[in-house]
Amino acid sequence: MANSDNAPKKPKKPIAPRVEMPTQPPRERTGNFDEVALGYTREQALAEAERCLQCKKPACVKGCPVEVPIKDFIERLQHDDVPGAYEVIKSTNSLPAVCGRVCPQEVQCEGACILGKKGEPVAIGRLERYTADTFMANSACEHMNGEGRSCAPIREDLKVACIGSGPSSLTCAGYLSSRGIKVSVFEALHELGGVLVYGIPEFRLPKSIVAQEVDALREQQVDLLTNWVGGKTIEISELFEAGYKAVFVGVGAGLPRFLNIPGENLIGVFSANEYLTRVNLGRAYKFPEADTPTYPGKHVAVFGAGNVAMDAARTAVRLGAERVSIVYRRTKGEMPARVEELDHAIEEGVELQILSSPLEFVGNEQGFLKSVILQRMELGEPDDSGRRRPVPIEDDRFELECDLAIIAVGTSPNPILLEASPELKLNKWGYVKVDETTGETSMANVFAGGDIVTGAATVISAMGAGRRAGMEIARRLMDE
Amino acid sequence: MIEISAPPARILAKERLIPGQTSKLVIDAPHIARKARPGNFVILRIAPEGERIPLTIADTDPEAGTVTIVYLVLGKTTAALEQLGEGDTILDLCGPLGKETHIEKVGTVICVGGGTGIAAMHHIAKGHHMAGNRVVAIVGARSENLLLFCDELESFCPELEICTDDGSCGHKGFVTDILQKRLEEDSEIGEVVAVGPVPMMAAVARVAKPFNVKTTVSLNSIMVDGIGMCGACRVTVGGETKFACVDGPEFDGLQVDFNELNKRLTAFKPQEAISYEEWKKSHGQ
Ligand SMILES: Cc1cc2nc3c(=O)[nH]c(=O)nc-3n(C[C@H](O)[C@H](O)[C@H](O)COP(=O)(O)OP(=O)(O)OC[C@H]3O[C@@H](n4cnc5c(N)ncnc54)[C@H](O)[C@@H]3O)c2cc1C
Ligand SMILES: Cc1cc2nc3c(=O)[nH]c(=O)nc-3n(C[C@H](O)[C@H](O)[C@H](O)COP(=O)(O)OP(=O)(O)OC[C@H]3O[C@@H](n4cnc5c(N)ncnc54)[C@H](O)[C@@H]3O)c2cc1C
Ligand code: SF4
Ligand code: FES
Repeated sequence: MANSDNAPKKPKKPIAPRVEMPTQPPRERTGNFDEVALGYTREQALAEAERCLQCKKPACVKGCPVEVPIKDFIERLQHDDVPGAYEVIKSTNSLPAVCGRVCPQEVQCEGACILGKKGEPVAIGRLERYTADTFMANSACEHMNGEGRSCAPIREDLKVACIGSGPSSLTCAGYLSSRGIKVSVFEALHELGGVLVYGIPEFRLPKSIVAQEVDALREQQVDLLTNWVGGKTIEISELFEAGYKAVFVGVGAGLPRFLNIPGENLIGVFSANEYLTRVNLGRAYKFPEADTPTYPGKHVAVFGAGNVAMDAARTAVRLGAERVSIVYRRTKGEMPARVEELDHAIEEGVELQILSSPLEFVGNEQGFLKSVILQRMELGEPDDSGRRRPVPIEDDRFELECDLAIIAVGTSPNPILLEASPELKLNKWGYVKVDETTGETSMANVFAGGDIVTGAATVISAMGAGRRAGMEIARRLMDE
Repeated sequence: MIEISAPPARILAKERLIPGQTSKLVIDAPHIARKARPGNFVILRIAPEGERIPLTIADTDPEAGTVTIVYLVLGKTTAALEQLGEGDTILDLCGPLGKETHIEKVGTVICVGGGTGIAAMHHIAKGHHMAGNRVVAIVGARSENLLLFCDELESFCPELEICTDDGSCGHKGFVTDILQKRLEEDSEIGEVVAVGPVPMMAAVARVAKPFNVKTTVSLNSIMVDGIGMCGACRVTVGGETKFACVDGPEFDGLQVDFNELNKRLTAFKPQEAISYEEWKKSHGQ
């Protein structure tokens, strides 16, 4: 029974089907690194926006970790008012072009959308992406502050440092600079954006989109320092000595985990981080025009089934592998990846080797990988996570031929900054302990957020943390 | 007050130590020089589509704000680096990376260096000297003209032993011959340090093992990010997987699986050859 508050304004109107988003056809896209999902046209966006019921009590907003006023921005779109829609989104989300592409909408806003109870939910993510992409033609200051407003004057005496340049730091920097605070971002790599540039591939999130969001910060007079390693080139205590009033730590959770099985250091066994960093940050897909090489694989086995595994598998397809298999202990239904990415991977020919768990990598005399021995599994009783636990089937083992293995089973906290700052208290998993409402760490005026606090999570949750810390820092520095 | 500034990493001085093969660059990088310790390395990139390569910090002058690197021309990136001269800038210079050398006052330390590794060994030896240790340096190269840093080492090492494969200078033979003799003669050696090609470091560890003396080696595994995020640099030490860039690059040589390291260094041989050949063609070489 529909709740009367949420009853559609025009009852009985049949629910129109969701407007599909055009994509590059699978046969074409496996031969390039261009973006797969092409985005809505104006007509498609208007038609999709029209499906929104404008509920009195919109459920969608609660599903969004940064509480984008979804109903309001869609209403603007219904009137073809893209700048208005953009301003509404930007009031809580500083990277909409990124979020519209990579958020797991099906479990967030779209998962909660009331329309989804009867039919398909409104394609909120695609509308967000349409709004951001369409608006991008405007100047960067307008990006940050909404149309018509100018940048706040930057006060050089109020300085804040952000360590790392992933979505958490960029959001924190964006928020603070929009309040007139001088921000310096210290990034260890030579490119800004964190996982958005070295992890998520071009075909899902073009670097130019991230660069646009970064440029918006540059225009806000944020100092962006690359090749600066927190804990090595500069320590937290030294930042305070240099006059910074607060520090935000957003260094991600980069240290790759391995399977800890025999043969793991054979040539041809890679962490997903290495494989993706070579291809994305090093542009190895252009080798030899770009210098960083990647490892060719004919038969590729990817271990894990999250977004990282999908990205690695689809990258291997594009680099010309003959067969790419995702090896996973459970079944397709339990795979943690975004549904859209899993579907795209399957369309592109990625095979699923489910109910299989790796036991040992086998190599040749020269130390090159030849195959992997897998253990067959079945699903048993649900475990703590509520998912059915994979149990080995006694004596049922088999060998999968592979010359490239990519391990995507998660990461641990990167030790560099943490070892250099023993005052930072960690939780029992080794991540930085923070006050949940402010993001402050055990060190006064040092805040942290994103994957270094939560462990590998999502872009939007990292952004939420950056924003929370930014608000608290601004409150303290400016008595807001 | 600490100043946060990073001038473009300009090459202030270049010395061709072995023409066409090994050069030394003094680079303007005050923020790195301030923090660099013996054992640290930098990662650099010289072109927009270039590869990130690790090079040891061979010396620093914190006052002048400079770091010194010494490289051997091996492939495309180092060949292109060799084309740069005084006044040119390095596109990206990141550091100091890696753990600094663990230096204790132990009395006598034998520092063994091979080939380009002599440069890195020199910075570690200097650290030991500053800490009050007596440094015995043993350096080796194929031939006299390939020796490096002998004057610098001589300036603070009470003893400098030179070995060449062809006998053109010093002892004809390997550094391990001299090391073996010293370890037999002198039971007071506190530590052995070795930096050089993998087979040399493996040999040093083999020789030192029976004497049960602390043996430190600096591992040159293949690196990508250099900050512990990719796992490319993993090496097996004492049966455990370690990341050379964050856990090292220096490790207990008696525990290192040199055989595995040697194999892993060949992972990209075919691609490296393609890269270098294309570069040579486009540079008329
Ligand atoms: C391949 C892949 C695919 C993903 N796909 C999705 C997806 O589809 N949807 C989604 O929501 N999430 C996805 N995620 C997760 C998401 O990208 C992360 O949760 C998010 O990027 C975390 O943001 P962050 O700001 O905490 O850190 P990161 O993005 O990890 O950035 C941290 C930055 O800090 C830098 N750094 C580290 N140490 C130092 C130091 N000592 N000094 C200076 N800088 C340092 C790093 O170089 C990096 O640039 C994916 C992750 C990966 C790896
Ligand atoms: C911690 C560390 C410190 C080092 N210090 C010095 C130094 O002081 N002087 C010096 O001459 N060399 C040093 N090296 C080795 C140096 O990094 C390589 O010679 C360089 O990367 C070769 O690059 P290239 O493009 O010219 O050659 P390529 O054609 O790429 O490779 C030639 C050979 O270099 C090795 N190599 C290739 N890529 C890498 C990489 N990313 N990391 C490490 N080794 C690689 C491989 O064995 C390869 O066969 C160091 C390496 C490490 C890990
Ligand atoms: S997006 Fe869904 S939940 Fe939100 S207002 Fe529209 S119909 Fe209602
Ligand atoms: S080089 Fe990437 S982890 Fe060491």
